Amino acid sequence: MSKSFLVDTTLCTACRGCQVACKQWHDLPAEETVNRGSYQNPEDLSFDTYKLVRMNEEVIGGQLRWLYFPDQCRHCLEPPCEATAGEPSAIFKDPATGAVIYTAVTKELGNIDEVIESCPYNIPRKAGDGTLAKCDMCLDRVQNGLQPACVKTCPTGAMNFGERDDILTLAKNRLAVVKKKHPQATLLDPDDIRVVFLVAYEPQMYYEFAVAANGTFDMTRQVALRRMLKPFTGLISRLL
Amino acid sequence: MTNHWIDIKNSDCILIMGSNAAENHPISFKYVIEAQQNGTTLISVDPRFTRTSSKADLYTALRSGSDIAFLGGMIRYILDNNLYDKDYVALYTNGSFIVDQSFDFKNGLFSGYDANAHKYDKSKWAFEKDKYGVPKMDRSLKNPRCVFQLLKKHYSRYSTKLVSTITGTSEKDLLTVYKTYAATGKTGKAGTIMYAMGWTQHTVGTQNIRTMAIIQLLLGNMGVAGGGVNALRGESNVQGSTDHCLLWHIWPGYLKTPRASDTSLTVYNDKYTPKSNDPQSANWWQNYPKYSVSLLKSFFGENANQGNEFGYSWLPKADDGKVYSWLDLFDEMYNGGIKGFFAWGQNPACSGTNANKTRAALKNLDWMVNTNIFDNETGSFWRGPGMDPATVKTEVFFLPACVSVEKEGSITNSGRWMQWRYQGPKPLGNSLSDGDIILMLGEKLKELYTKDPGVFADPILNLKWDYVTGGVYDPHKVAKEINGYFLQDVTIKGKTYAKGTLVPSFAFLQSDGSTSSANWLYCNSYTEKGNLSARRGQEDAVNKIGLYPQFAWCWPVNRRIIYNRASVDAKGNPWNPDRWVIKWTGEKWVGDVPDGGWPPLETADGFKNPKTKHAFIMRKHGHAQIFGPGLNDGPFPEHYEPLECPVEKNFMNAQRINPTAPVYGGKADEWATCDPRYPYVGTTYRVVEHWQTGVMTRHQAWLLEMQPQMFVEMSVELGQLKGIKNGERVKVTSPRGEVVATAIVTKRFRPFKVGGGVVHQVGMPWHFGWEFPKSGKEESANLLTPSTGDPNTRIPETKAFMVNVVKI
Repeated sequence: MSKSFLVDTTLCTACRGCQVACKQWHDLPAEETVNRGSYQNPEDLSFDTYKLVRMNEEVIGGQLRWLYFPDQCRHCLEPPCEATAGEPSAIFKDPATGAVIYTAVTKELGNIDEVIESCPYNIPRKAGDGTLAKCDMCLDRVQNGLQPACVKTCPTGAMNFGERDDILTLAKNRLAVVKKKHPQATLLDPDDIRVVFLVAYEPQMYYEFAVAANGTFDMTRQVALRRMLKPFTGLISRLL
Repeated sequence: MTNHWIDIKNSDCILIMGSNAAENHPISFKYVIEAQQNGTTLISVDPRFTRTSSKADLYTALRSGSDIAFLGGMIRYILDNNLYDKDYVALYTNGSFIVDQSFDFKNGLFSGYDANAHKYDKSKWAFEKDKYGVPKMDRSLKNPRCVFQLLKKHYSRYSTKLVSTITGTSEKDLLTVYKTYAATGKTGKAGTIMYAMGWTQHTVGTQNIRTMAIIQLLLGNMGVAGGGVNALRGESNVQGSTDHCLLWHIWPGYLKTPRASDTSLTVYNDKYTPKSNDPQSANWWQNYPKYSVSLLKSFFGENANQGNEFGYSWLPKADDGKVYSWLDLFDEMYNGGIKGFFAWGQNPACSGTNANKTRAALKNLDWMVNTNIFDNETGSFWRGPGMDPATVKTEVFFLPACVSVEKEGSITNSGRWMQWRYQGPKPLGNSLSDGDIILMLGEKLKELYTKDPGVFADPILNLKWDYVTGGVYDPHKVAKEINGYFLQDVTIKGKTYAKGTLVPSFAFLQSDGSTSSANWLYCNSYTEKGNLSARRGQEDAVNKIGLYPQFAWCWPVNRRIIYNRASVDAKGNPWNPDRWVIKWTGEKWVGDVPDGGWPPLETADGFKNPKTKHAFIMRKHGHAQIFGPGLNDGPFPEHYEPLECPVEKNFMNAQRINPTAPVYGGKADEWATCDPRYPYVGTTYRVVEHWQTGVMTRHQAWLLEMQPQMFVEMSVELGQLKGIKNGERVKVTSPRGEVVATAIVTKRFRPFKVGGGVVHQVGMPWHFGWEFPKSGKEESANLLTPSTGDPNTRIPETKAFMVNVVKI
């Protein structure tokens, strides 16, 4: 029962129901914001904001486009943050769904900033005391047979969630349809992550960290070492 | 809506104009997106590139206030290129009607204009009648005096070149939109329009909609699946409020409020009951007296009888010639003529046009009762900016209301669907539902008037007021009263309906006082079968076009697509057999509830069926109106500029503004047109994150987080011109007031080429007010908007006026 999301940005109207539903379900506080000359608010993900619709105006092929990117943690198959932290009581993957979960123990990690830096999508955010937070795939909802709050709320079908195989099939089908109107459409890192974005134009136009840099998910020596020493990870992270 | 929300997915081409549906009706976009996935083209026409435009296949801009020019050009295009549905126009519209010689149009005026009164004599727009009083017709549409030919003549002036000069839209874009949309004129194709306040809030608001109605009739898009003229209402239950007629000029069910000169019920009924001598015209409003009398019986119960004209004299009458609309009400209040005011579930200090005038007007009140969920700029007007509480003598009573989910009752959505809702959580603290409050108010009034009747206590003392169960307000009792009862045993077509039972539908209502119904349109909603609005049946109808006839209930009599007898040809066969609404089996109609059970216009052999009726049963002559002689500003829409506009003259005709638009001339009503002090077109709109004046949403932290401040959007070009940077606080001014806002300098606004010059437009949301956030610095856009409105509806012209934007 491994789960995945498809986020079809071509269907997103930036209604931000997903952004609010996430706050509501997790009872997260609202941030104090100002209008910076944009509808996008808060400005960035934070310890209190796990889901953020990024909005960018771009002229593409002579036409104005307003690109929406409902950003969230990608729940990587092999999360660099998990590998960097090397402490399952702080960061672990739920075996059933693949959800990548941060706990309060994250504040005790010796390398919090390294963990944040390791994320190719610029997701983890920390509180004053170093505790890390991000999207948790609404694991409590999913374990009770419900969809994540953002998926449940979405009115247009931009947010989709389900068994990974079904979602990847949906993604490929949607890509084929979208490509008829937008030949440059792509799926972003579908083989490496559980939250697959479908975009109509170049990923960089949506957000700097929309795709992982090349080689991010390749095997590094550090990662290989950690995997080899998994049972002793707690000990090793203090030595390395 | 003539159709309904789900039906949007059946459309081949969706035009969203005068609306930003993705933001203001976000759930509706589910159906728009579904349609697009089936190949439907979405067109967005808006002064500004919105979240709706971001999903459109085609987007173009027009200057606010030029919609009739834009659409008039489409009418010309459709006619010039023969893209109209000839059979449909000949069969179902008044395109064939011959217009009397007295009708003319010259120099921007229709015949019959009284320049002193600013009014038209509509008798000059009559049809030629035969000896039976039935309009003469030429169904070949060739007679030079037939509506169709007059239509052609009227819009012959709307060339794309002239339209482009007025709207600022390129000729190329105009033609692309026209061509794409007009393709739905082909038999079997359907186009729909989703519109909202972007069209209604103008001095030509009603005529904006009329122009689109004409287009839909020319293209055969009325009554068909995926077609219609679809108003996206601005509030989840405003359809309900207009159906039950909270506006001054109508009684529940769209009956008319009587005038002082309607001295008796007989005079009143006679005046408002249309008469037709055409045996083929159902002329459904001929049943008017049944509905008015049944309404009176609901108001006054046993106290109303034949002897006292069912209590007709107990109801207030409007003075002849006087208007009591919002604009007039606050004008009267400003001039000291109104002393008491119930501000109920509204926030006029922020929602009404020319808000400074409204706020000053409130000072003249002796008392105000403010019923609302939160404190707001109206109830607390006395401590607002520029107010010295020591000088305000108004006594304000605040009655805390609970929110919609804390009470049981119904709402009626844009699609006319009445939906019953159960009570969720109980109201907080001592907040109460509106029903509780109104019930107690009525009881108290009766008590006081019993003790001290004064001059005229009859209306209050005779009011039927038994909507209580177990001492508490009972919405079911109200809903049943709205449906109506048999007040005695009544025998209809051989069947006897027992006294005290609920009336099955409005076809059973009587004018002799034997039935009651507080809203004939809703008669059929709560019957002996139960509360039909509480149904949640999941099965679609046999035609599988998303009617879901057992989900909730809609008026009239659960007919989901109205005018559906125009969805078939003369023999009753659907124009589109793949997406049919109704069809004639030879004996009856199947599919949606037919718009009257009469057989099709022709028999299977092609002979006229003597038992038939024309399709548009609510119109006296049974035909849809391309020529609309009943409106105050003309039978054909014509482009006029807004009261405040960026050009010296109207390029379309010799009249600058709508010659019948109400303009107030008091000292708080300053206006300026083509004035260098206010060089930019201003408009107001909404965002998905807030709602109305923001009384509910500004207090919701997660919503305020997303849209924390008042803003003004402008083009990159205008930003450069004024040296204004994105994110900078600026001041927007108009002849009536000023607002500070955060500048959003964006590519989504572009300058318009209008009349050979450049016109800049800016736009603001109207969701803010000084009361919250506590800084008091985010104010209402309505401090800028003008004292004028539509001559038919009096809706204020808050979508097009002139402003300046300056650095602070």
